[in-house]
Amino acid sequence: MHRQRGLTDEQVVEMYRYMLLARKLDERLWLLNRAGKIPFTISCQGQEGIQVGAAFALDREKDWICPYYRDLALVLAFGQTVRDNMLAAFAKAEDPNSGGRQMPGHYGDTRYRILSGSSPVTTQVLHAVGIAYAGKLEQKDFVVLTSCGEGSSNQGDWHEACNFAGVHQLPVVFMVENNQYAISVPLEKQVAGENIAARANGYGFPGIQVDGNDPLAVYQAVKEAVDRARSGNGPTLIEAITYRLLPHSSDDDDRSYRSNEEVEMAKKKDGLLVFRNYLLENKLWTEQQDQELLAQIMEEINEATAYAEAAPHPNPTDLYKHVYV
Amino acid sequence: MPMMSYIDAVTTALREEMERDERVFILGEDVGKRGGVFRATAGLYEQFGEARVLDTPLTESAIVGVAIGAAAYGMRPVAEIQFADFIFPATNQIISEAAKLYYRSNGTWKCPLVIRAPYGGGVHGALYHSQSVEKIFAGVPGLQIVMPSTPYDVKGLLKSAIRSDNPILFFEHKRCYRLIKDEVPQEDYTIPIGKADLKREGSDVTVITYGLPVHLTLEAAKDLEKEGISTHVLDLRTLVPLDREAVVEAAVKTGKVLVIHEDNKTGGFGGEVVATIAEEALFDLDAPIQRLCGPDVPAMPYNPILEKEFMLNKDKIANAIRELAEF
Ligand SMILES: Cc1ncc(C[n+]2csc(CCOP(=O)(O)OP(=O)(O)O)c2C)c(N)n1
Ligand SMILES: [Mg+2]
Repeated sequence: MHRQRGLTDEQVVEMYRYMLLARKLDERLWLLNRAGKIPFTISCQGQEGIQVGAAFALDREKDWICPYYRDLALVLAFGQTVRDNMLAAFAKAEDPNSGGRQMPGHYGDTRYRILSGSSPVTTQVLHAVGIAYAGKLEQKDFVVLTSCGEGSSNQGDWHEACNFAGVHQLPVVFMVENNQYAISVPLEKQVAGENIAARANGYGFPGIQVDGNDPLAVYQAVKEAVDRARSGNGPTLIEAITYRLLPHSSDDDDRSYRSNEEVEMAKKKDGLLVFRNYLLENKLWTEQQDQELLAQIMEEINEATAYAEAAPHPNPTDLYKHVYV
Repeated sequence: MPMMSYIDAVTTALREEMERDERVFILGEDVGKRGGVFRATAGLYEQFGEARVLDTPLTESAIVGVAIGAAAYGMRPVAEIQFADFIFPATNQIISEAAKLYYRSNGTWKCPLVIRAPYGGGVHGALYHSQSVEKIFAGVPGLQIVMPSTPYDVKGLLKSAIRSDNPILFFEHKRCYRLIKDEVPQEDYTIPIGKADLKREGSDVTVITYGLPVHLTLEAAKDLEKEGISTHVLDLRTLVPLDREAVVEAAVKTGKVLVIHEDNKTGGFGGEVVATIAEEALFDLDAPIQRLCGPDVPAMPYNPILEKEFMLNKDKIANAIRELAEF
């Protein structure tokens, strides 16, 4: 199946590795939060397949991303390390995203063309369009992918960005990670029509719904969007449908607005498990390899945790730096 | 030296900077084919093409947001907001994004962006085409605010703004556009951002102001001279960063200070100027500091009598200076 989509055996194993890495790192961040070591975490769990599928469809040497706070797997696949993210979690000086200034999940990294993001949702969607416009002015052939949640796709900036990119046929992939909830508010109270992909019609470019629990399907949809963008045929909207497996953030309690049964049902369709089974069934992967990979990942996470915890804080006087150039 | 209007100085600075640096481009509503509703970008579309003089959809947040993305990438966008009154849909992009990008990324992402916007009243623009909006942004570190009063300053300061790596709000008083003419050198020159300009030396009263009231004050000062009142006039030119040194020096010069702006009084930038003087030169003062500002009403009405009542003029300013001189 993956070969028909243009992915090699090695690539799909690599995709799985990033998904598992993101999941295990995410789990550790929750543990650290519950242990009182870090004040906050926000989760990618359930959305790794979308993010890794999208990352592999991009050219990770030249394309740009304007991600949102759940895109841990995306930024890992784009080059950030477990250590980079641990440093952000502990808000240490060496954090490459912000030197410990921003909450975790606010990615930004000049090394990998990951534009720095903020907290107000979808502001980055316009920035993605601006980067794409700059690329067009300079006659570059990179593509910009920007992502957000389904609730956020109601924001004016999101719509302004789609329209702008549609008018100017810019090489942007708008990806909405539809995890059914915006904190506590479910999709049906969030999105009229309940179909986000259809919104692309109004902006004159294709909108595609894809199963977000299937990284290969996401890969294919985003790959087609990227090819279209790179060849000068304008933007695409991808709505990747999945489920947010954990509370909104470490400060949320989801028991007040959804049932345990509903969450348990969703866990059976967890993209990480489905993909792992796919690899096992197709003899691309063994239980033994899985155990070895897990051990390797845990070692990396342990090492990064220890490093970040021990890393120095910024100096108090760093507060005053970088207000103006 | 050729005489040039305020708006022609805007166009000239834009043209010269676009000629000098390929990365400079303009985006906004009607800036292309039409050359701007005030004609500030007249001729640029023809000279540089539609890609660099971009007619955007009617969306202020997108104009600024797209410009921020392009700036982060390494371009030097000059965004035009058609009227300062319509900058509010873009406030989130300006305050949450442009102002904070450099800081939040620990100095790794820059935002070399200029946002130009015509502001101010006296043109029958009514509530939503007359506002002064500088106070909304003046308290937001990360932004710089330039508000020139003369064509000479427009050219030099707009060039500096475009060459700066910081996000800059460049507010142009629309009443000045065709009213104010000045000798502007043909050569390339810049004026440093953050430097006030002493417009007139005087010994009785110091006026500290910016924008259109600079001209009204100079006219008033001429009249008052005949009455034997000597006025010292400082044009701030840049609100952020504020030239504190020049403010204090001007205040100390006469010991009697009048701060003037068209923006309404409460929360207006004048409060910051007054506080600076109070902090640094209180004991050099001979009278309580006075402010002459737009009134604290929501906006400027369309009706000419009401508009006139709102606006500052030479007489209002002369009266305020006279009162202070007599104190
Ligand atoms: C402009 C703005 N309003 C409110 C918030 C607070 N907030 C953060 S995330 C969120 C829900 C977002 O839901 P969705 O877009 O579906 O993304 P998800 O978190 O589910 O991935 C809210 C309300 C915010 N960050 N920005
Ligand atoms: Mg959601």
